[in-house]
Amino acid sequence: MTQSVSLLGATTSARDSTRSSARTSAPPTTDQPKMRAEALKAYFGATEVLKGVTLPVASHTVTAIIGPSGCGKSTFIRCLNRMHEVVAGARVAGKVLLDHQDIYAPDVDPVRVRRRVGMVFQKPNPFPTMTIRENVLSGLVLNGLRPKDPGELVERALRQVALWDEVKDVLNRSGTSLSGGQQQRLCIARSLALEPEVLLMDEPCSALDPIATARVEELIHELRERYTIVIVTHNMQQAARVADFTAFFYLGELVEHDRTDVIFTRPSEKKTEDYITGRFG
Amino acid sequence: MALLGAEVNVGDLVFRGFAALFAVSIVLVLGAMALQMWVAARPSIAHSGWHFVVGRDWDPVRDSFGALPFIYGTVVSSLLALTIAVPISLGVAVFLTEVAPPWLRSPVSFLVELLAAVPSVIYGLWGIFALAPFLRNHLEPLLGKTLGFLPLFQGPHQGFGMLAGGIILAIMITPTISSVSREVLRAVPDNLREGALALGATRWEALRHAILPYARSGIVGAIILGLGRALGETMAITMVIGNRADISASLFAPGYTMASVIANEFTEATGDIYLGALAEIGLLLFAVTLLLNVIARLLVWQVARAPEGARG
Repeated sequence: MTQSVSLLGATTSARDSTRSSARTSAPPTTDQPKMRAEALKAYFGATEVLKGVTLPVASHTVTAIIGPSGCGKSTFIRCLNRMHEVVAGARVAGKVLLDHQDIYAPDVDPVRVRRRVGMVFQKPNPFPTMTIRENVLSGLVLNGLRPKDPGELVERALRQVALWDEVKDVLNRSGTSLSGGQQQRLCIARSLALEPEVLLMDEPCSALDPIATARVEELIHELRERYTIVIVTHNMQQAARVADFTAFFYLGELVEHDRTDVIFTRPSEKKTEDYITGRFG
Repeated sequence: MALLGAEVNVGDLVFRGFAALFAVSIVLVLGAMALQMWVAARPSIAHSGWHFVVGRDWDPVRDSFGALPFIYGTVVSSLLALTIAVPISLGVAVFLTEVAPPWLRSPVSFLVELLAAVPSVIYGLWGIFALAPFLRNHLEPLLGKTLGFLPLFQGPHQGFGMLAGGIILAIMITPTISSVSREVLRAVPDNLREGALALGATRWEALRHAILPYARSGIVGAIILGLGRALGETMAITMVIGNRADISASLFAPGYTMASVIANEFTEATGDIYLGALAEIGLLLFAVTLLLNVIARLLVWQVARAPEGARG
Protein backbone atom coordinates (compact mmCIF):
# COMPACT_ATOMS: atom_id res chain seq x y z
CA MET A 1 0.00 0.00 0.00
CA THR A 2 1.70 3.17 -1.13
CA GLN A 3 -0.82 5.56 0.23
CA SER A 4 0.82 8.92 0.80
CA VAL A 5 -1.60 10.52 3.17
CA SER A 6 -0.27 13.76 4.52
CA LEU A 7 0.21 13.61 8.26
CA LEU A 8 -1.23 17.05 8.58
CA GLY A 9 -4.75 16.30 7.58
CA ALA A 10 -6.20 13.90 5.06
CA THR A 11 -8.92 15.33 2.91
CA THR A 12 -12.47 14.39 3.58
CA SER A 13 -12.77 12.32 0.46
CA ALA A 14 -9.69 10.31 1.31
CA ARG A 15 -11.10 9.69 4.77
CA ASP A 16 -14.43 8.53 3.39
CA SER A 17 -12.93 6.23 0.84
CA THR A 18 -10.56 4.67 3.35
CA ARG A 19 -13.34 3.99 5.73
CA SER A 20 -15.71 2.62 3.15
CA SER A 21 -13.04 0.36 1.74
CA ALA A 22 -12.39 -0.99 5.19
CA ARG A 23 -16.04 -1.46 5.94
CA THR A 24 -17.74 -2.68 2.82
CA SER A 25 -16.05 -3.25 -0.49
CA ALA A 26 -12.65 -4.90 -1.02
CA PRO A 27 -11.79 -6.28 2.41
CA PRO A 28 -8.29 -5.47 3.63
CA THR A 29 -5.66 -8.12 3.25
CA THR A 30 -2.46 -8.92 5.03
CA ASP A 31 -0.50 -9.35 1.81
CA GLN A 32 1.86 -6.51 2.60
CA PRO A 33 2.12 -6.40 6.36
CA LYS A 34 3.46 -3.34 8.15
CA MET A 35 4.65 -5.61 10.91
CA ARG A 36 5.02 -9.31 11.16
CA ALA A 37 5.83 -11.50 14.15
CA GLU A 38 7.62 -14.71 13.23
CA ALA A 39 7.82 -17.61 15.64
CA LEU A 40 7.83 -15.07 18.43
CA LYS A 41 8.47 -16.46 21.88
CA ALA A 42 8.55 -14.43 25.08
CA TYR A 43 9.65 -15.39 28.54
CA PHE A 44 9.47 -14.10 32.08
CA GLY A 45 12.42 -15.83 33.69
CA ALA A 46 11.92 -19.50 32.85
CA THR A 47 8.20 -19.19 32.10
CA GLU A 48 7.28 -19.16 28.44
CA VAL A 49 4.36 -16.77 28.01
CA LEU A 50 4.33 -16.68 24.20
CA LYS A 51 4.92 -19.98 22.49
CA GLY A 52 5.88 -19.15 18.96
CA VAL A 53 3.41 -16.70 17.48
CA THR A 54 3.40 -15.82 13.80
CA LEU A 55 1.09 -12.95 12.97
CA PRO A 56 1.09 -10.34 10.23
CA VAL A 57 -0.27 -6.85 10.87
CA ALA A 58 -1.57 -5.18 7.73
CA SER A 59 -0.68 -1.61 7.03
CA HIS A 60 -3.32 1.01 7.89
CA THR A 61 -5.65 -1.41 9.57
CA VAL A 62 -6.76 -2.06 13.10
CA THR A 63 -5.87 -5.47 14.45
CA ALA A 64 -7.50 -6.54 17.69
CA ILE A 65 -5.92 -9.10 19.95
CA ILE A 66 -8.46 -10.92 22.09
CA GLY A 67 -8.25 -13.78 24.53
CA PRO A 68 -8.75 -14.63 28.18
CA SER A 69 -6.59 -13.15 30.92
CA GLY A 70 -3.08 -14.49 30.95
CA CYS A 71 -3.14 -15.61 27.32
CA GLY A 72 -0.14 -13.45 26.46
CA LYS A 73 -1.95 -10.77 24.49
CA SER A 74 -0.38 -7.86 26.37
CA THR A 75 3.01 -9.51 26.25
CA PHE A 76 2.60 -9.91 22.52
CA ILE A 77 2.11 -6.24 21.79
CA ARG A 78 4.83 -5.29 24.23
CA CYS A 79 7.14 -7.39 22.07
CA LEU A 80 6.18 -5.31 19.03
CA ASN A 81 8.02 -2.23 20.33
CA ARG A 82 10.55 -3.98 22.52
CA MET A 83 8.87 -2.93 25.74
CA HIS A 84 8.72 -6.54 26.97
CA GLU A 85 12.43 -6.60 27.69
CA VAL A 86 12.16 -3.54 29.95
CA VAL A 87 10.87 -5.76 32.74
CA ALA A 88 13.62 -7.47 34.72
CA GLY A 89 14.07 -11.11 33.73
CA ALA A 90 12.02 -10.79 30.55
CA ARG A 91 13.39 -12.12 27.29
CA VAL A 92 12.30 -12.62 23.71
CA ALA A 93 13.16 -15.11 20.96
CA GLY A 94 12.06 -15.05 17.32
CA LYS A 95 11.60 -12.20 14.95
CA VAL A 96 9.41 -9.15 14.61
CA LEU A 97 9.61 -7.44 11.24
CA LEU A 98 8.83 -3.77 10.86
CA ASP A 99 8.84 -2.96 7.16
CA HIS A 100 10.79 -6.19 6.60
CA GLN A 101 13.49 -5.27 9.08
CA ASP A 102 13.85 -7.42 12.19
CA ILE A 103 13.54 -5.15 15.23
CA TYR A 104 15.32 -7.78 17.32
CA ALA A 105 18.40 -7.79 15.09
CA PRO A 106 21.52 -7.14 17.18
CA ASP A 107 22.29 -3.79 15.56
CA VAL A 108 18.82 -2.36 16.14
CA ASP A 109 18.44 0.28 18.83
CA PRO A 110 15.20 -0.32 20.79
CA VAL A 111 14.89 3.42 21.34
CA ARG A 112 14.50 3.93 17.58
CA VAL A 113 11.96 1.13 17.34
CA ARG A 114 9.85 2.77 20.03
CA ARG A 115 9.91 6.06 18.18
CA ARG A 116 8.31 4.41 15.17
CA VAL A 117 6.02 2.12 17.13
CA GLY A 118 4.17 4.10 19.77
CA MET A 119 2.28 2.68 22.70
CA VAL A 120 -0.72 3.57 24.82
CA PHE A 121 -1.09 1.79 28.13
CA GLN A 122 -3.96 0.27 30.02
CA LYS A 123 -3.87 2.89 32.71
CA PRO A 124 -3.56 6.50 31.54
CA ASN A 125 -0.07 7.63 32.49
CA PRO A 126 0.43 11.31 31.71
CA PHE A 127 3.52 12.71 33.40
CA PRO A 128 2.25 14.30 36.61
CA THR A 129 5.10 16.79 36.80
CA MET A 130 4.28 18.18 33.37
CA THR A 131 1.48 20.40 32.15
CA ILE A 132 -0.94 19.24 29.48
CA ARG A 133 1.06 21.11 26.89
CA GLU A 134 4.35 19.65 28.10
CA ASN A 135 2.84 16.19 28.09
CA VAL A 136 1.98 16.49 24.42
CA LEU A 137 5.48 17.67 23.65
CA SER A 138 7.16 15.22 26.02
CA GLY A 139 7.94 12.68 23.33
CA LEU A 140 9.82 15.29 21.35
CA VAL A 141 11.61 16.65 24.39
CA LEU A 142 12.61 13.14 25.41
CA ASN A 143 14.07 12.60 21.98
CA GLY A 144 15.88 15.91 21.98
CA LEU A 145 13.76 17.32 19.17
CA ARG A 146 12.72 20.94 18.97
CA PRO A 147 9.51 21.47 17.03
CA LYS A 148 9.51 24.60 14.90
CA ASP A 149 6.07 25.61 16.04
CA PRO A 150 5.25 23.85 19.30
CA GLY A 151 1.94 25.64 19.72
CA GLU A 152 0.69 24.42 16.38
CA LEU A 153 1.93 20.89 17.06
CA VAL A 154 0.18 20.76 20.43
CA GLU A 155 -3.06 21.96 18.87
CA ARG A 156 -2.84 19.48 16.01
CA ALA A 157 -2.12 16.51 18.29
CA LEU A 158 -4.91 17.47 20.69
CA ARG A 159 -7.35 18.00 17.81
CA GLN A 160 -6.50 14.56 16.47
CA VAL A 161 -7.71 13.04 19.72
CA ALA A 162 -10.66 15.45 19.97
CA LEU A 163 -9.35 16.90 23.20
CA TRP A 164 -8.46 20.39 21.99
CA ASP A 165 -11.82 22.02 22.67
CA GLU A 166 -11.91 20.59 26.17
CA VAL A 167 -8.43 21.67 27.25
CA LYS A 168 -7.39 24.62 25.08
CA ASP A 169 -7.89 27.04 27.96
CA VAL A 170 -6.10 24.97 30.58
CA LEU A 171 -2.99 23.87 28.70
CA ASN A 172 -0.80 24.87 31.61
CA ARG A 173 -2.59 22.71 34.12
CA SER A 174 -1.11 19.43 35.24
CA GLY A 175 -1.78 16.49 32.95
CA THR A 176 -3.20 14.59 35.88
CA SER A 177 -5.85 17.23 36.55
CA LEU A 178 -7.93 15.80 33.70
CA SER A 179 -10.52 13.03 33.94
CA GLY A 180 -9.47 9.45 33.19
CA GLY A 181 -10.83 9.48 29.66
CA GLN A 182 -9.21 12.83 28.93
CA GLN A 183 -5.93 11.58 30.36
CA GLN A 184 -6.03 8.57 28.07
CA ARG A 185 -6.68 10.78 25.06
CA LEU A 186 -3.83 13.00 26.20
CA CYS A 187 -1.58 9.94 26.26
CA ILE A 188 -2.69 9.06 22.75
CA ALA A 189 -1.96 12.63 21.65
CA ARG A 190 1.45 12.37 23.26
CA SER A 191 2.20 9.29 21.17
CA LEU A 192 0.79 10.83 18.00
CA ALA A 193 2.90 13.97 18.38
CA LEU A 194 5.88 11.80 17.53
CA GLU A 195 4.14 10.68 14.34
CA PRO A 196 4.70 6.97 14.84
CA GLU A 197 3.95 4.50 12.05
CA VAL A 198 2.34 1.96 14.29
CA LEU A 199 0.29 2.58 17.43
CA LEU A 200 -0.01 -0.19 19.99
CA MET A 201 -2.84 0.06 22.48
CA ASP A 202 -2.89 -2.17 25.52
CA GLU A 203 -6.50 -2.32 26.72
CA PRO A 204 -6.74 1.45 26.38
CA CYS A 205 -10.34 1.60 27.56
CA SER A 206 -10.30 -0.77 30.50
CA ALA A 207 -9.96 2.07 33.00
CA LEU A 208 -12.54 4.28 31.27
CA ASP A 209 -16.28 4.73 31.58
CA PRO A 210 -18.56 3.86 28.64
CA ILE A 211 -18.72 7.41 27.27
CA ALA A 212 -14.97 7.87 27.35
CA THR A 213 -14.64 4.40 25.80
CA ALA A 214 -16.93 5.37 22.93
CA ARG A 215 -14.81 8.46 22.28
CA VAL A 216 -11.60 6.47 22.19
CA GLU A 217 -13.15 3.92 19.86
CA GLU A 218 -14.31 6.68 17.56
CA LEU A 219 -10.79 8.01 17.64
CA ILE A 220 -9.34 4.63 16.68
CA HIS A 221 -11.60 4.66 13.60
CA GLU A 222 -10.20 8.01 12.58
CA LEU A 223 -6.60 7.13 13.27
CA ARG A 224 -6.68 4.03 11.13
CA GLU A 225 -6.20 5.95 7.93
CA ARG A 226 -2.88 7.33 9.06
CA TYR A 227 -1.55 4.70 11.39
CA THR A 228 -1.38 0.98 11.73
CA ILE A 229 -3.03 0.05 14.99
CA VAL A 230 -2.81 -3.03 17.14
CA ILE A 231 -5.19 -3.04 20.08
CA VAL A 232 -5.42 -5.51 22.92
CA THR A 233 -8.88 -5.79 24.37
CA HIS A 234 -10.76 -8.12 26.65
CA ASN A 235 -13.98 -6.71 25.37
CA MET A 236 -15.16 -8.66 22.34
CA GLN A 237 -17.75 -6.10 21.34
CA GLN A 238 -14.98 -3.58 21.19
CA ALA A 239 -12.94 -5.80 18.90
CA ALA A 240 -15.96 -6.26 16.68
CA ARG A 241 -16.58 -2.53 16.59
CA VAL A 242 -13.12 -1.22 15.86
CA ALA A 243 -10.98 -3.91 14.26
CA ASP A 244 -10.45 -4.98 10.67
CA PHE A 245 -8.63 -8.08 11.81
CA THR A 246 -8.92 -10.03 15.00
CA ALA A 247 -6.47 -12.47 16.47
CA PHE A 248 -7.51 -14.88 19.19
CA PHE A 249 -4.81 -15.89 21.66
CA TYR A 250 -5.07 -18.71 24.11
CA LEU A 251 -2.42 -19.89 26.57
CA GLY A 252 0.38 -18.12 24.78
CA GLU A 253 -0.53 -19.36 21.34
CA LEU A 254 -2.27 -17.77 18.41
CA VAL A 255 -5.37 -19.86 17.84
CA GLU A 256 -6.88 -17.99 14.95
CA HIS A 257 -6.36 -14.81 12.98
CA ASP A 258 -8.72 -13.56 10.33
CA ARG A 259 -10.91 -10.68 9.25
CA THR A 260 -13.01 -9.57 12.19
CA ASP A 261 -16.30 -10.39 10.51
CA VAL A 262 -15.07 -13.91 9.82
CA ILE A 263 -13.85 -14.44 13.37
CA PHE A 264 -17.14 -13.31 14.83
CA THR A 265 -19.48 -15.05 12.40
CA ARG A 266 -17.81 -18.22 11.21
CA PRO A 267 -14.57 -18.94 13.08
CA SER A 268 -12.77 -22.01 11.89
CA GLU A 269 -11.54 -23.10 15.28
CA LYS A 270 -13.82 -24.58 17.92
CA LYS A 271 -11.84 -22.79 20.63
CA THR A 272 -12.46 -19.39 19.07
CA GLU A 273 -16.14 -20.08 18.78
CA ASP A 274 -16.33 -21.18 22.40
CA TYR A 275 -14.58 -18.04 23.54
CA ILE A 276 -16.58 -15.54 21.53
CA THR A 277 -19.83 -17.17 22.49
CA GLY A 278 -18.82 -16.87 26.12
CA ARG A 279 -18.40 -20.54 26.90
CA PHE A 280 -15.11 -19.87 28.66
CA GLY A 281 -12.80 -17.03 29.46
CA MET B 1 -26.79 -12.66 71.42
CA ALA B 2 -27.32 -9.07 72.31
CA LEU B 3 -25.30 -6.74 70.21
CA LEU B 4 -25.57 -3.86 72.60
CA GLY B 5 -24.23 -5.15 75.93
CA ALA B 6 -21.07 -3.15 76.24
CA GLU B 7 -18.59 -5.75 77.37
CA VAL B 8 -15.31 -3.97 77.99
CA ASN B 9 -12.40 -5.77 76.39
CA VAL B 10 -9.78 -5.45 79.08
CA GLY B 11 -6.93 -6.78 76.93
CA ASP B 12 -7.47 -4.16 74.27
CA LEU B 13 -7.79 -1.42 76.84
CA VAL B 14 -4.52 -2.30 78.53
CA PHE B 15 -2.76 -2.70 75.20
CA ARG B 16 -3.95 0.68 74.02
CA GLY B 17 -2.96 2.30 77.27
CA PHE B 18 0.57 0.94 77.14
CA ALA B 19 1.09 1.75 73.47
CA ALA B 20 -0.07 5.32 74.05
CA LEU B 21 2.15 5.62 77.11
CA PHE B 22 5.24 4.55 75.21
CA ALA B 23 4.44 6.83 72.32
CA VAL B 24 3.92 9.80 74.59
CA SER B 25 7.09 9.07 76.55
CA ILE B 26 9.21 9.70 73.45
CA VAL B 27 7.65 13.11 73.00
CA LEU B 28 8.13 13.84 76.69
CA VAL B 29 11.82 12.88 76.55
CA LEU B 30 12.34 15.16 73.59
CA GLY B 31 10.57 18.01 75.33
CA ALA B 32 12.43 17.42 78.58
CA MET B 33 15.77 17.49 76.78
CA ALA B 34 14.98 20.77 75.09
CA LEU B 35 13.79 22.27 78.34
CA GLN B 36 16.79 21.05 80.31
CA MET B 37 19.20 22.42 77.76
CA TRP B 38 17.44 25.73 77.77
CA VAL B 39 17.62 25.92 81.56
CA ALA B 40 21.31 25.03 81.51
CA ALA B 41 22.00 27.55 78.76
CA ARG B 42 20.26 30.46 80.49
CA PRO B 43 23.32 31.84 82.31
CA SER B 44 25.21 31.92 79.04
CA ILE B 45 22.34 33.51 77.13
CA ALA B 46 22.15 36.22 79.78
CA HIS B 47 25.93 36.67 79.82
CA SER B 48 26.75 36.70 76.11
CA GLY B 49 23.58 37.75 74.35
CA TRP B 50 24.00 38.08 70.58
CA HIS B 51 27.76 38.05 70.95
CA PHE B 52 27.44 34.28 71.32
CA VAL B 53 26.47 33.69 67.69
CA VAL B 54 28.52 36.47 66.07
CA GLY B 55 31.65 36.56 68.23
CA ARG B 56 34.81 34.79 67.12
CA ASP B 57 36.65 34.61 70.43
CA TRP B 58 36.26 31.53 72.56
CA ASP B 59 38.17 32.20 75.74
CA PRO B 60 36.72 30.42 78.79
CA VAL B 61 39.42 31.84 81.06
CA ARG B 62 38.16 35.36 80.47
CA ASP B 63 34.52 34.31 80.24
CA SER B 64 34.40 35.39 76.64
CA PHE B 65 32.26 33.09 74.56
CA GLY B 66 31.88 33.66 70.84
CA ALA B 67 30.77 30.43 69.20
CA LEU B 68 30.97 31.55 65.59
CA PRO B 69 34.03 29.40 64.75
CA PHE B 70 32.14 26.29 65.85
CA ILE B 71 29.05 27.25 63.92
CA TYR B 72 31.26 27.96 60.92
CA GLY B 73 33.07 24.63 61.29
CA THR B 74 29.85 22.66 61.55
CA VAL B 75 28.28 24.39 58.57
CA VAL B 76 31.34 24.22 56.33
CA SER B 77 32.25 20.62 57.13
CA SER B 78 28.63 19.56 56.56
CA LEU B 79 28.33 21.43 53.28
CA LEU B 80 31.63 19.96 52.12
CA ALA B 81 30.31 16.52 53.05
CA LEU B 82 27.14 17.13 51.04
CA THR B 83 29.14 18.33 48.03
CA ILE B 84 31.00 15.05 48.01
CA ALA B 85 28.23 12.71 49.15
CA VAL B 86 25.25 13.91 47.11
CA PRO B 87 26.54 13.00 43.64
CA ILE B 88 27.89 9.68 44.88
CA SER B 89 24.71 8.80 46.74
CA LEU B 90 22.45 9.72 43.86
CA GLY B 91 24.65 7.69 41.54
CA VAL B 92 24.31 4.71 43.84
CA ALA B 93 20.54 5.13 44.16
CA VAL B 94 20.00 5.50 40.42
CA PHE B 95 22.30 2.57 39.72
CA LEU B 96 20.42 0.37 42.15
CA THR B 97 16.93 1.24 40.92
CA GLU B 98 17.39 1.88 37.21
CA VAL B 99 20.58 0.35 35.91
CA ALA B 100 21.89 -2.60 37.90
CA PRO B 101 20.84 -6.13 36.97
CA PRO B 102 18.47 -7.52 39.61
CA TRP B 103 20.96 -10.00 41.06
CA LEU B 104 23.38 -7.20 41.86
CA ARG B 105 20.88 -4.93 43.58
CA SER B 106 20.58 -6.44 47.02
CA PRO B 107 24.29 -7.16 47.60
CA VAL B 108 25.28 -3.65 46.60
CA SER B 109 22.59 -1.95 48.66
CA PHE B 110 23.51 -4.20 51.58
CA LEU B 111 27.14 -3.14 51.35
CA VAL B 112 26.26 0.53 51.12
CA GLU B 113 23.98 0.28 54.14
CA LEU B 114 26.71 -1.57 56.00
CA LEU B 115 28.67 1.68 55.91
CA ALA B 116 26.04 3.11 58.24
CA ALA B 117 26.62 0.31 60.71
CA VAL B 118 30.33 1.03 61.20
CA PRO B 119 30.83 2.77 64.59
CA SER B 120 31.92 6.34 64.11
CA VAL B 121 35.03 5.90 66.26
CA ILE B 122 36.24 3.39 63.67
CA TYR B 123 35.84 6.03 60.98
CA GLY B 124 37.81 8.37 63.23
CA LEU B 125 40.67 5.89 63.62
CA TRP B 126 40.69 5.27 59.91
CA GLY B 127 40.76 9.03 59.43
CA ILE B 128 43.79 9.38 61.73
CA PHE B 129 45.81 6.49 60.35
CA ALA B 130 44.85 6.42 56.68
CA LEU B 131 42.95 9.47 55.51
CA ALA B 132 44.95 12.28 57.15
CA PRO B 133 48.39 10.99 55.98
CA PHE B 134 46.97 10.46 52.50
CA LEU B 135 45.61 14.00 52.40
CA ARG B 136 48.85 15.47 53.74
CA ASN B 137 51.15 13.61 51.37
CA HIS B 138 49.07 13.27 48.22
CA LEU B 139 45.70 14.94 47.85
CA GLU B 140 46.45 18.32 49.44
CA PRO B 141 49.70 18.88 47.50
CA LEU B 142 47.83 17.94 44.33
CA LEU B 143 44.90 20.27 45.05
CA GLY B 144 47.33 23.02 46.03
CA LYS B 145 49.17 22.66 42.77
CA THR B 146 46.14 22.52 40.48
CA LEU B 147 43.52 24.63 42.26
CA GLY B 148 45.83 26.62 44.52
CA PHE B 149 44.65 29.92 43.05
CA LEU B 150 41.45 29.44 45.06
CA PRO B 151 41.66 30.48 48.73
CA LEU B 152 40.02 27.14 49.52
CA PHE B 153 43.15 25.22 48.64
CA GLN B 154 45.93 27.38 50.06
CA GLY B 155 48.14 27.04 53.10
CA PRO B 156 50.24 24.31 54.65
CA HIS B 157 49.33 20.67 54.13
CA GLN B 158 48.44 19.30 57.51
CA GLY B 159 46.16 16.38 56.82
CA PHE B 160 44.00 17.08 59.85
CA GLY B 161 41.53 19.80 59.03
CA MET B 162 38.28 20.77 57.41
CA LEU B 163 38.92 18.67 54.29
CA ALA B 164 39.50 15.50 56.29
CA GLY B 165 36.39 16.22 58.35
CA GLY B 166 34.28 16.79 55.26
CA ILE B 167 35.46 13.58 53.61
CA ILE B 168 34.82 11.48 56.71
CA LEU B 169 31.33 12.96 57.04
CA ALA B 170 30.67 12.36 53.35
CA ILE B 171 31.40 8.66 53.76
CA MET B 172 29.19 8.50 56.81
CA ILE B 173 26.16 10.18 55.26
CA THR B 174 26.32 8.40 51.90
CA PRO B 175 24.33 5.38 53.16
CA THR B 176 21.60 7.66 54.53
CA ILE B 177 21.20 9.68 51.35
CA SER B 178 21.49 6.76 48.99
CA SER B 179 19.10 4.44 50.79
CA VAL B 180 16.41 7.09 51.23
CA SER B 181 16.79 8.23 47.61
CA ARG B 182 16.55 4.64 46.53
CA GLU B 183 13.25 4.24 48.34
CA VAL B 184 12.02 7.46 46.78
CA LEU B 185 12.99 6.36 43.28
CA ARG B 186 11.34 3.02 43.87
CA ALA B 187 8.14 4.81 44.81
CA VAL B 188 7.99 6.40 41.36
CA PRO B 189 5.17 4.57 39.55
CA ASP B 190 6.43 2.12 36.95
CA ASN B 191 3.97 3.37 34.37
CA LEU B 192 5.78 6.73 34.22
CA ARG B 193 9.03 4.96 33.47
CA GLU B 194 7.33 2.82 30.83
CA GLY B 195 5.48 5.79 29.42
CA ALA B 196 8.75 7.59 28.85
CA LEU B 197 10.51 4.55 27.40
CA ALA B 198 7.60 3.86 25.08
CA LEU B 199 7.99 7.37 23.70
CA GLY B 200 11.47 6.48 22.58
CA ALA B 201 13.35 7.84 25.56
CA THR B 202 16.67 6.36 26.50
CA ARG B 203 17.07 5.27 30.12
CA TRP B 204 18.88 8.51 30.86
CA GLU B 205 16.21 10.65 29.22
CA ALA B 206 13.46 8.81 31.08
CA LEU B 207 15.34 9.38 34.32
CA ARG B 208 15.96 13.02 33.67
CA HIS B 209 12.60 14.09 32.30
CA ALA B 210 10.11 11.75 33.93
CA ILE B 211 11.53 10.04 37.00
CA LEU B 212 13.74 12.63 38.71
CA PRO B 213 11.20 15.46 38.44
CA TYR B 214 8.65 13.22 40.14
CA ALA B 215 11.11 12.18 42.84
CA ARG B 216 12.69 15.59 43.31
CA SER B 217 11.20 16.65 46.62
CA GLY B 218 11.87 13.22 48.11
CA ILE B 219 15.48 13.37 47.04
CA VAL B 220 15.81 16.81 48.59
CA GLY B 221 14.42 15.23 51.74
CA ALA B 222 17.04 12.49 51.59
CA ILE B 223 19.77 15.09 51.26
CA ILE B 224 18.46 17.02 54.24
CA LEU B 225 18.41 13.84 56.32
CA GLY B 226 22.05 13.33 55.38
CA LEU B 227 22.78 16.92 56.29
CA GLY B 228 21.15 16.41 59.67
CA ARG B 229 23.42 13.48 60.32
CA ALA B 230 26.49 15.42 59.23
CA LEU B 231 25.64 18.35 61.51
CA GLY B 232 25.30 16.17 64.54
CA GLU B 233 28.18 13.76 63.96
CA THR B 234 30.70 14.07 66.78
CA MET B 235 33.26 11.35 67.31
CA ALA B 236 34.71 10.79 63.87
CA ILE B 237 34.97 14.43 62.98
CA THR B 238 36.45 15.38 66.34
CA MET B 239 39.26 12.93 65.63
CA VAL B 240 40.24 14.43 62.29
CA ILE B 241 39.17 18.08 62.05
CA GLY B 242 42.07 19.47 64.10
CA ASN B 243 40.00 21.10 66.86
CA ARG B 244 41.14 24.70 66.58
CA ALA B 245 38.54 27.40 67.10
CA ASP B 246 39.48 29.41 64.06
CA ILE B 247 37.78 30.60 60.92
CA SER B 248 39.97 30.04 57.91
CA ALA B 249 39.09 30.17 54.25
CA SER B 250 41.34 27.22 53.51
CA LEU B 251 39.95 23.72 53.69
CA PHE B 252 43.43 22.51 54.63
CA ALA B 253 43.32 24.45 57.91
CA PRO B 254 42.05 22.87 61.12
CA GLY B 255 38.62 23.82 62.38
CA TYR B 256 36.21 22.91 65.13
CA THR B 257 32.56 21.92 65.17
CA MET B 258 29.73 22.52 67.59
CA ALA B 259 29.41 18.86 68.46
CA SER B 260 33.18 18.47 68.89
CA VAL B 261 33.58 21.36 71.31
CA ILE B 262 30.83 20.03 73.54
CA ALA B 263 32.44 16.59 73.61
CA ASN B 264 35.95 17.94 74.20
CA GLU B 265 35.31 20.64 76.77
CA PHE B 266 32.36 19.47 78.79
CA THR B 267 34.38 17.49 81.33
CA GLU B 268 36.70 20.38 82.07
CA ALA B 269 34.12 23.13 81.99
CA THR B 270 33.87 25.02 85.26
CA GLY B 271 31.36 27.60 86.28
CA ASP B 272 27.79 28.20 85.25
CA ILE B 273 28.64 30.45 82.37
CA TYR B 274 31.12 28.07 80.71
CA LEU B 275 28.75 25.12 81.14
CA GLY B 276 25.91 27.32 79.97
CA ALA B 277 27.86 28.25 76.86
CA LEU B 278 28.34 24.60 75.96
CA ALA B 279 24.67 23.93 76.64
CA GLU B 280 23.75 26.85 74.42
CA ILE B 281 25.79 25.36 71.58
CA GLY B 282 23.94 22.13 72.20
CA LEU B 283 20.63 23.92 72.10
CA LEU B 284 21.47 25.57 68.78
CA LEU B 285 22.56 22.27 67.28
CA PHE B 286 19.49 20.52 68.62
CA ALA B 287 17.15 23.09 67.16
CA VAL B 288 18.80 23.08 63.75
CA THR B 289 18.91 19.28 63.38
CA LEU B 290 15.36 18.90 64.65
CA LEU B 291 14.09 21.45 62.19
CA LEU B 292 15.99 19.93 59.28
CA ASN B 293 14.72 16.46 60.09
CA VAL B 294 11.13 17.62 60.21
CA ILE B 295 11.49 19.31 56.83
CA ALA B 296 13.18 16.26 55.35
CA ARG B 297 10.52 13.85 56.59
CA LEU B 298 7.77 16.02 55.19
CA LEU B 299 9.44 16.09 51.80
CA VAL B 300 9.98 12.33 51.70
CA TRP B 301 6.41 11.65 52.75
CA GLN B 302 5.10 13.90 50.05
CA VAL B 303 6.57 11.62 47.38
CA ALA B 304 5.91 8.30 49.05
CA ARG B 305 2.29 9.08 49.85
CA ALA B 306 1.19 11.14 46.89
CA PRO B 307 -1.39 9.12 45.01
CA GLU B 308 -1.20 9.53 41.29
CA GLY B 309 -3.04 12.55 40.12
CA ALA B 310 -2.91 14.28 43.47
CA ARG B 311 0.17 16.25 42.57
CA GLY B 312 0.16 19.63 40.92
